[in-house]
Order: sequence, then structure tokens, then C-alpha cells
Amino acid sequence: MKIGIVCPYSWDVPGGVQFHIRDLAEHLIRLGHDVSVLAPADDETPLPPYVVSAGRAVPVPYNGSVARLNFGFLSAARVRRWLHDGTFDVIHIHEPASPSLGLLSCWAAQGPIVATFHTSNPRSRAMIAAYPILQPALEKISARIAVSEYARRTLVEHLGGDAVVIPNGVDVGFFERAEPKKEWQGNTIGFIGRIDEPRKGLPVLMKALPTILEQCPDTRLLVAGRGDEDEAVATLPAAMRSQVEFLGMVSDEDKARLLRSVDVYVAPNTGGESFGIILVEAMSAGAPVLAADLDAFAQVLDQGAAGRLFANEDADALAAAAVALLRDPERRAELRARGSAHVRRFDWSTVGADILAVYETVTDGAASVATDERTGLRARFGLAARD
Amino acid sequence: MPPVSTLIWIVVALVAIGMYLSWTAGRLDRLHARIDAARAALDAQLLRRASVAQELATSGVLDPAASIVLYEAAHEARQAEEEHREVAESELSAALRAVFGAQEQVEAVRQVPGGEEAAGELAQAVRRVPMARRFHNDSVRAARALRRHRTVRWFRLAGHAPFPLAFEMDDEPPVALADRPT
Repeated sequence: MKIGIVCPYSWDVPGGVQFHIRDLAEHLIRLGHDVSVLAPADDETPLPPYVVSAGRAVPVPYNGSVARLNFGFLSAARVRRWLHDGTFDVIHIHEPASPSLGLLSCWAAQGPIVATFHTSNPRSRAMIAAYPILQPALEKISARIAVSEYARRTLVEHLGGDAVVIPNGVDVGFFERAEPKKEWQGNTIGFIGRIDEPRKGLPVLMKALPTILEQCPDTRLLVAGRGDEDEAVATLPAAMRSQVEFLGMVSDEDKARLLRSVDVYVAPNTGGESFGIILVEAMSAGAPVLAADLDAFAQVLDQGAAGRLFANEDADALAAAAVALLRDPERRAELRARGSAHVRRFDWSTVGADILAVYETVTDGAASVATDERTGLRARFGLAARD
Repeated sequence: MPPVSTLIWIVVALVAIGMYLSWTAGRLDRLHARIDAARAALDAQLLRRASVAQELATSGVLDPAASIVLYEAAHEARQAEEEHREVAESELSAALRAVFGAQEQVEAVRQVPGGEEAAGELAQAVRRVPMARRFHNDSVRAARALRRHRTVRWFRLAGHAPFPLAFEMDDEPPVALADRPT
């Protein structure tokens, strides 16, 4: 099958959506499909052979922050050329509602279009104003995918219609096979994520840490991620600071080894998550997971059966749950076992088959993808022969 | 006699309205095409599911009682008239849930020669029916939203195309065959 995938965000900037698209494309190529990814990228960036550059993304203020987006005449022309040259059986657009490549391709293409909605942003003013413009583009999508039940609910509320839920994929084997690292083992708690982004919840964990260290004194906290380390430990009593180790940015291999080594993985995120891929990775590596009870996290953890949940932003609840887990090796072993079994459904073999099932369903009754040629004026008034 | 400029403005406005109407009609046409494609895909999936169910029912892998229940439901689903289709397909879903409710039954099917493929095909079919139905109903909703718009109603842009109807049925797959979140 000839598959075209549209990535809305710069290929050279690391991010969840980009990694998802990279893994999906490589999975499909391994299965023998013909895949081309259209993504914004600087012309100098080295790209894998299956990626086609749609030009550089321009930083513009959008939705309260500076986003790097692709729009305008040149990008639209590149999208049309890619669609025309590709002769795809199906195109898969990610984030079709963001004013970037996704929307442009939706506008320019016709035929079987599959779209995945990753984020569950609250409806913005700009989106309400642009609704009449957005709707004709979005109604071309033949199949919508939401990454979680939570994302599907917001999608239905904001845009109407329905979607099937297919979670993000993880290469479970990669995490299962990773070697634990000696110096990261022995009463360790793991945290991975941006240090300076409060949404990722490190401040909540820091507030809970004194209680945890009082009750389990030989515990260490391992933090992997970018940000100001001194600021992060500022609220901690000086004596305890030595028990927090910062690892900085880690490679994929080290991330897997870290997750294999820790006794508890904590995800104290306070909101804005629509899936929670890190929890799936932690479970794949066999780490017992302790996470905030966000809708998306609760779903990934099977409502608390595959990992322990605590009340969001409640440092005391986090501390109590962490201490209970650290003191109870049997409970940890049980969580490990349940997590490893539960995580199978997120493996690429399952997720990839589901995504392919969607492709096959939409291509079943339809012609292949083409550029959407605007009907000429003569044809509009019935003067030209219809093809 | 109105001045020439007024006449020109009237012509410009009429052309603009005409183009808007033509564009809307094009949108509607595309939505109807999408419904047709989605409906064809849904029909194909339903037929595939009924065929696999019927094959399993006649294969002798299942006990006689289960075979009869499944055969009956699959046969009804394939033969149903258009207006009974939703009911017949829902009954097939119920029959599949009854027969493949237990993990042991699925395992028993997998054990026999060729059973692995049959079970795999059935699992795929019961997974794809809800998918195809959701895509179909989503396209129906989009078309209905546009058809209710007053421009479309006043100018009868939909022509004689029938008002699209959603396909409502019970498509809950058997638990033992769908070990993943839906």
C-alpha cells in the first residue's frame, strides 16, 4: 500500500508526535509498505530517506505561545506537489486542526484521508472564529483516530462526529531487553521529563520528597530531563539535596535502562496530557508506576489495575503511596507483572495492525488520493463535460 | 433608470452568490461520495464477519448447539432485507458474544488445524465492523449538518439525494476476541 503521512511539527525538534510518526513509518516500511512522510524541516537537516521536507517552519505567536508552523503559498505548493507525485492510496494526517501542514494537506487533498488527533486542547477563540473555514477541510477526513478515550471525548465535544480510539505505539521489546544499570538500582525513584515545566509535575514530587526520605531514608530520586537543576531543588532542605541525582538529557537507550533499574517510576504530571506514552514505556521496562489520576493516565493504567494512581497535585497522597510501594516488594512485583501483561496492547504489532485496519477500511470503497482540483467556472455552470 | 455602477454591483453580487452556492453544492457532493464509500466499506466488513461466522458454524469445531445458534444468526444477517439489517446484524453480534464469551472456547478453536487463521479472521472482523460503522456514521453526521444549513434547504442544493441515515446496531465484540481498549 502507498501511504503518505503528514507531520505537522518540525522534524528536527524532538517531540511526542514526531517520534510517533517516525516509529509508525518505520513499522509500516518493515511490513513492506511504501511510506512517505511530509514534514517541516530545515533544508540542511539530514533526513531519513522516507521523509520529504515541506520547508522551514516559521515561528509565530499562536494560542498563547510561540509555535513553529508551516503555511503560506510556498508550503501549500509543496504539499500539492507531494500529493501529486506520491499517488498515495491513503494519506494519514496528524493534528489536522492545527494551522500548519495538517490543515494545508486536508485542504489540498481528496480521497481516503485518515487523521489522528493527538492533543486535547480546550477549544480556542481562534478555532471558533475559524470554524466555518475549518469545517469544509475537516469534513473531507474519512476516518478519525483519537489517541485515548479522553482525546476522543474532547474531539467529539469540539468538532462533533466520532473517532476510533487507537493508542500510541511503543516498541515494548526495546524496553524489555534493556540492561539495568548498577548505579541506578537500589531504592530508587525515577522521574523523566522537563524540569522547568510545572505541568510535568516535578514541583509536586519535590514537595512530597521530604516525607518520603524521612520514612525511607536510603531512597534516591533520579531525574532525567532538561532544565535548571538548582532551581528544582531550591525548596528541598540542604541535607536532602544529595539524594537527588540529575542525569540531564538521556538517550533512548539510557532512558530504557533507567526505567529498567528504578524501583518506582513517578509521573506527577498536573494536566495537559492526552495520552501518557512515558507510562507505557515504564510498564514495558517493568517499572512499577505511580501516576497522577489524570483521565488519560487512568486509562493507560487500566483505571489503576496496572499501576498505582494518586490524587492529582496532592503531594501528601503521592508521598504516602510512594512510601507504601517502596516498603512493599510484593506489591511492586505484582504491579510489574500486571504492567508487563497490560502493556502488550500498546506494542507496535497491535497498534500498527489497528492503524492498517483503518487504512484498509477507508480504501475499501474509494479511489486513491489526488490533489483536489478546484472545479473550473465553466464546469460549475454545467458548460463543460463532467469527467 | 438606476446608474450603471449600481447595475454592476448587482451583477457582482449575483455572481458571488452563485459561486458560493456552487461551492457549497460541491462540498455536499463530496460528502455524499464519502458516505457512499463508507457505506460500501461497512457492507464489506459486515459481510466478511457473517461469512467467517458461518464458516466456523459449519466447520464442526464448535459444539452442535453453538453451531446452530451461530449459523442461524450469520445466515439471517446475510439474508436480511435492508430494513431488518440493523436488527439481524445486532443479533449476530449477540450470538458471537454468547458463543465466544469464554477464553476457553477461543482457545479450543485455535487448537484445531486451520483454527488459528479462522480465529484470527474472526477477531479482525469483529474489530473492523465497529470501526467501519463509526466512520460511516461520522460521514452521515457531517452531511446532515450541512444539509440542515438554510442555504442548502432554500436552494435545494441536495437535489433528490435521500436524507442520509446512520447505521445503528450493537457491535460490541466478544471480550475473548478483543483483548484491547476500544
